[in-house]
Amino acid sequence: MKPAPFGYADPTTVEDALDVLAADEGAKVLAGGQSLLPLLSMRLAAPTTLVDINRVPGLDGIEVTPDGVRVGALVRHARLLHSTEAAAVQPLLGRATANVAHPAIRNRGTTVGSIAHADPSGEMTSVLALTDGSVTVATPGGRETIGWRDLFVGPLETSVHGPAVVLDAFFPGLPERSGTAFAEIARRKGDYAVCGAGVVVTLDADRRVSSARAAYLSVGLVPEVHDLSDAVAGKPVDSADWAAAGELARGLVDPDGDLHASADYRRLLVGTLTERTLATAAAEAASRAGAGQ
Amino acid sequence: MTTKLFGEPVRRREDARLITGQGRYLDDIGSSAYAAAFLRSPYAHARIVDIDVTPAVDVEGLLAVYTYEDLVGPMAEPLPVLIPHPQLTSPRTGFPLAKNVVNHVGEAVVMVVATDRYVAEDALDKIVVTYEELPVVVGVDAAREAVHAVHDDVPDNVAARHHQETGDVEPALAASPHTLSFTQYFERSAAMPMEGKGVHARWDDADSSLRVYTSTQASTSVRAAIAAKLQLSLEKVEVIAPDVGGGFGVKIVHPWPEELLVPMAARLLGHEVKWSEDRREHFTSSAHERQQRQEVTVGYDDDGRITALDVHIWHDNGAYTPYGIIVPIVTATQLVGPYVIPVYRVRVESVFTNTVIVTPYRGAGRPQGCFAMERAMDRIAQERGLDRAEVRMRNLIQADQFPYDHHLTFQDGRPVVYDSGDYVGLMDKLKALVRWDSFEERRAEARARGRHLGIGMAMYVEGTGPGPYEGGHVQVLGSGKVLVSTGLTSQGQGHETVFAQLVASELGVPMEDVEVTTGDTRRFGYAVGTFASRAAVMSGNAVALAARGVKEKALRIAADVLEVDPGDLEIDEGLVQVKGTPGASIPLRTVAVLSNPLRYAFDEAAKQATQFAGPGDDSKPPVAVGDAPGLEHTDYYSPVRSTFASGAHAAVVEIDPATWEIDVVDYAVVHDCGNVVNPMIVEGQVHGGVAQGVGGALYERMAYDRDGQLQNASFMDFLMPYASEVPDVVIDHQETPSPLNPLGLKGAGEAGVIPGSAAIASAIEDAVGRRIAAMPISPTELYDLVRSDADQVSNTKTGVLA
Amino acid sequence: MTSIQTERTITVVLNGVSREATVPVRWLLSDALRHEFGLTGTHVGCEHGVCGSCTVLVDGEPTRSCLVLAVQVDGHQVTTVEGLSRPDHQGGQVLHPVQEAFRECHALQCGFCTPGFLTTIAAGLDARDPAVEITDEEVDELVGGNLCRCTGYANIKKACRHAAATMRADVATKAQDGAR
Repeated sequence: MKPAPFGYADPTTVEDALDVLAADEGAKVLAGGQSLLPLLSMRLAAPTTLVDINRVPGLDGIEVTPDGVRVGALVRHARLLHSTEAAAVQPLLGRATANVAHPAIRNRGTTVGSIAHADPSGEMTSVLALTDGSVTVATPGGRETIGWRDLFVGPLETSVHGPAVVLDAFFPGLPERSGTAFAEIARRKGDYAVCGAGVVVTLDADRRVSSARAAYLSVGLVPEVHDLSDAVAGKPVDSADWAAAGELARGLVDPDGDLHASADYRRLLVGTLTERTLATAAAEAASRAGAGQ
Repeated sequence: MTTKLFGEPVRRREDARLITGQGRYLDDIGSSAYAAAFLRSPYAHARIVDIDVTPAVDVEGLLAVYTYEDLVGPMAEPLPVLIPHPQLTSPRTGFPLAKNVVNHVGEAVVMVVATDRYVAEDALDKIVVTYEELPVVVGVDAAREAVHAVHDDVPDNVAARHHQETGDVEPALAASPHTLSFTQYFERSAAMPMEGKGVHARWDDADSSLRVYTSTQASTSVRAAIAAKLQLSLEKVEVIAPDVGGGFGVKIVHPWPEELLVPMAARLLGHEVKWSEDRREHFTSSAHERQQRQEVTVGYDDDGRITALDVHIWHDNGAYTPYGIIVPIVTATQLVGPYVIPVYRVRVESVFTNTVIVTPYRGAGRPQGCFAMERAMDRIAQERGLDRAEVRMRNLIQADQFPYDHHLTFQDGRPVVYDSGDYVGLMDKLKALVRWDSFEERRAEARARGRHLGIGMAMYVEGTGPGPYEGGHVQVLGSGKVLVSTGLTSQGQGHETVFAQLVASELGVPMEDVEVTTGDTRRFGYAVGTFASRAAVMSGNAVALAARGVKEKALRIAADVLEVDPGDLEIDEGLVQVKGTPGASIPLRTVAVLSNPLRYAFDEAAKQATQFAGPGDDSKPPVAVGDAPGLEHTDYYSPVRSTFASGAHAAVVEIDPATWEIDVVDYAVVHDCGNVVNPMIVEGQVHGGVAQGVGGALYERMAYDRDGQLQNASFMDFLMPYASEVPDVVIDHQETPSPLNPLGLKGAGEAGVIPGSAAIASAIEDAVGRRIAAMPISPTELYDLVRSDADQVSNTKTGVLA
Repeated sequence: MTSIQTERTITVVLNGVSREATVPVRWLLSDALRHEFGLTGTHVGCEHGVCGSCTVLVDGEPTRSCLVLAVQVDGHQVTTVEGLSRPDHQGGQVLHPVQEAFRECHALQCGFCTPGFLTTIAAGLDARDPAVEITDEEVDELVGGNLCRCTGYANIKKACRHAAATMRADVATKAQDGAR
């Protein structure tokens, strides 16, 4: 289990990185490498050149504004996990990164890298979707912003092709009177989730549920966001029927079965996780709404 | 008085090097060695049409390529059938490199040697092997149906039919007041030590000799195999097991193809060659264990006492049978556990499949046997409306029935006669430890929280310390240092510590003076190996006997010097002294010097033994007839039969009915391995065994698809437990010494793993009220089980995933 | 344009000492440590980042050395199990409290996974306030990412608590000494 030969470049500017990528169709960007390195060692991937962007300055920032959190390409999961500033604007970031593998992986793996890897069982792909986020991509033609719906086109596949470096991911902040929750069920703690759910519940001025949305891990080919408001909208937090929302979610998803979970079992978990996370998120929303008044 | 050592939790002497990164594992040896790597079959069953190595020849750094065509003499013959048995009527083994046909994914086809492992793998990528695929047999059921055959000349796929009976079972069943029958499955797992296998070989051209380091559990036998296969005289081959990163059975199999091919290449190339197995190779080319289909019929009376037991097992032995039918025999004979079974018949069909070979993994057939017996106990309890503990109690062999003869023949060819035990004591302790009788309160409390709580138990008897023998050598040097060696190997059991405790204790020397070597054929050439919970029993007794021999000689020599009767002498803290007479003494190190009459003084101490040093008896030769120079002794321990350890486990599981996650919240162990040399080490063995038991019950399964591809050949998908999945374990001990050996020991290595699946299955059934027909069980399978209408559901389609 | 290399000379501060080596760019850090720098205490258990046996500290943070290329640590600090102890003032070595605790609590059997646990736990303990008693959750986090096949983890968790207690007692002693 040793990587096949490749060339290595560690440019110090984005432009240089793009030049190397443009010169070699088989080149691939290396950031945290926590998903890429096992693929190289198993020779399931054999890029001709690895373009290590770790020495490019300016890509390691967490930029927090009232609008949201911009996470640079070299920000490790562990940093985002411990960023109280980021959590204040978008609590899902810390809650989701806490579920990424184990600490040693989080110390090295990058949030943007995991989004670019586009694994439907990845935490941060789902959070990008749930928060209606986007990424900034540098190409030889310039920089563009790609929304999550356009970004994820299939399992381990994004719409970013050709020479390109994903510079950052932008996660919009949590709306007012909202709460979030994130939960996973994994076979072993730290494993890829058999099923996971991140939710946002928003209340209206009367502290009734105005919207409930959920994104799931490991249930589809790409991250999916489902609006479950129909089941609970207009209900006070205390009497909303979260189980009905779970039931609704179960009908909306179409998971596959694999070694660790049948499709039916995943659907069961979608219901359970939806019900539990929505209740938690709603309670948080109520408490925030209360604090805000 | 010398500090008491036997029975004390002495800290391990191995640890000083292992906690500082100074251990010496296989891959740490030979930094300039060439690297070997293997091209392995991607197909489960195929004919090799052509091997084209020419595209690899251009790879810079490639040094050699070997295929079957390059093997000569005994190397071109099949690998040995290590343990022949009359009932193993169709034994089959592979070749070091595949000849014509491959029978499982991962079978070695080509070996390359290159400057390093990266380059070696580059070369492998370029070699083109053309295969013609053949029909694949996966799982015991497919093997049983025999639509296709793994080996052309074994059309029914049956390698062996093992059969034992203690009476006429059919009439006994017919006469039983009640009978019940069930069929169940036990799935594949694997030993999966953290260090894979590995071999390093160095050929000494000047001496025409070979030194081989291998991560093995049986260095003396690897040595014999290499000598035979490479046509070398035994004294020209040295085999050493360095620090070994876990074994759990998989490293007892030998010679692995690599253990022959790497030395062959080292000799041909005149250069050190090393192969370090990577994890992917370990999954598909080492060994697995445990898959069986079990058909059980049990007869019992109104009180739940068993009257007869008939078991028919289909055992998946994988593609080949290098380790004979040891696992099936162990299942067949250990199945009866601590119970009186008036009439017992067991038939095992050991069948070929196109999968990795099946050889012992910690427990070695016992977890399956325990699963059959204990599930039967639970069903009898259910049918009779009795408490599960009570049914077991009624069937236990009683303390006054020892030695208890089951009239079966064990894996060592010897009778299954339980030497000692107190099974009622085990059960009493277990019930107290797990608060069995007050469980309903806990269940109600959990129900109020919306959780299903269940409790289960299982008991076992484990034949440990089988022969034929082990030996020990103890030598006292003039420096006072005591060298101890034994031939069997160590994989983390703390032998350096335990054997030092025993020798220091027997000899009366400080433990710091004792140095222990294991698994090095340069130091001890006769040994069997480390398996079947036998090291403490076998080598423990052997080194103790050797130490007693040294002590006897030391006292004799000292008695001459001190002019007293040897019977009046004792050794304490390395000083030979007259009991109760302070002052009259001689250091043991001086006795060692005097034991070897010298002509030449090589150091100050040696002067005492030279020919002009002092008055001697001119009428006698310096070395008496029948005596030998030196203060050393070699002795062997060879038991008449195995000694039988025992134990009882209980598990409490909590199940969330919204996710069907299974949480083992309590795990209790009562354990009896006779006298305990080092309780800290024994508890460590139990902890580790339980973790493997829990893994085997809830997480670990080798998942083959219908094409014989292993679907989860990585640590990502083969779910060995992390700390988060292993419950806290509470342990209570019972010590029933073995009357068979001088130290009263029984083995402890495997015990922890044996009842795991049985106890946890019992607890899950108790929690959800449905019958489990296969282990392991995962949440998704449990969800299927509870939703099913059937009384009994096979929760997994054994061996084959859709 | 940035050059593309197949081999590179790297400089690493390895266990406190600056070391230089020329390595193929595809070499994993684990291989460079073991086979180029001769530090065989770092063990390779799976080479796909799951088992944690190869964990070392890169700039003080636990990192799987099989999931990093050797060239990527050029200019960085790497600590392996061999570097956990520190020299005493008599020419010997003082073990890290977690190393002592592993021996005291029988937290290792075959010892193969041990270096990965030691580096991870040592870094975790060094990063926390030693004066505060360690919680079960902290212990679970410190030991939860590495596989061990021998011990069943019970004694590893115990060693973790034992080491934390030792470090806590040390700061208490130092505080007392300082107060005098």
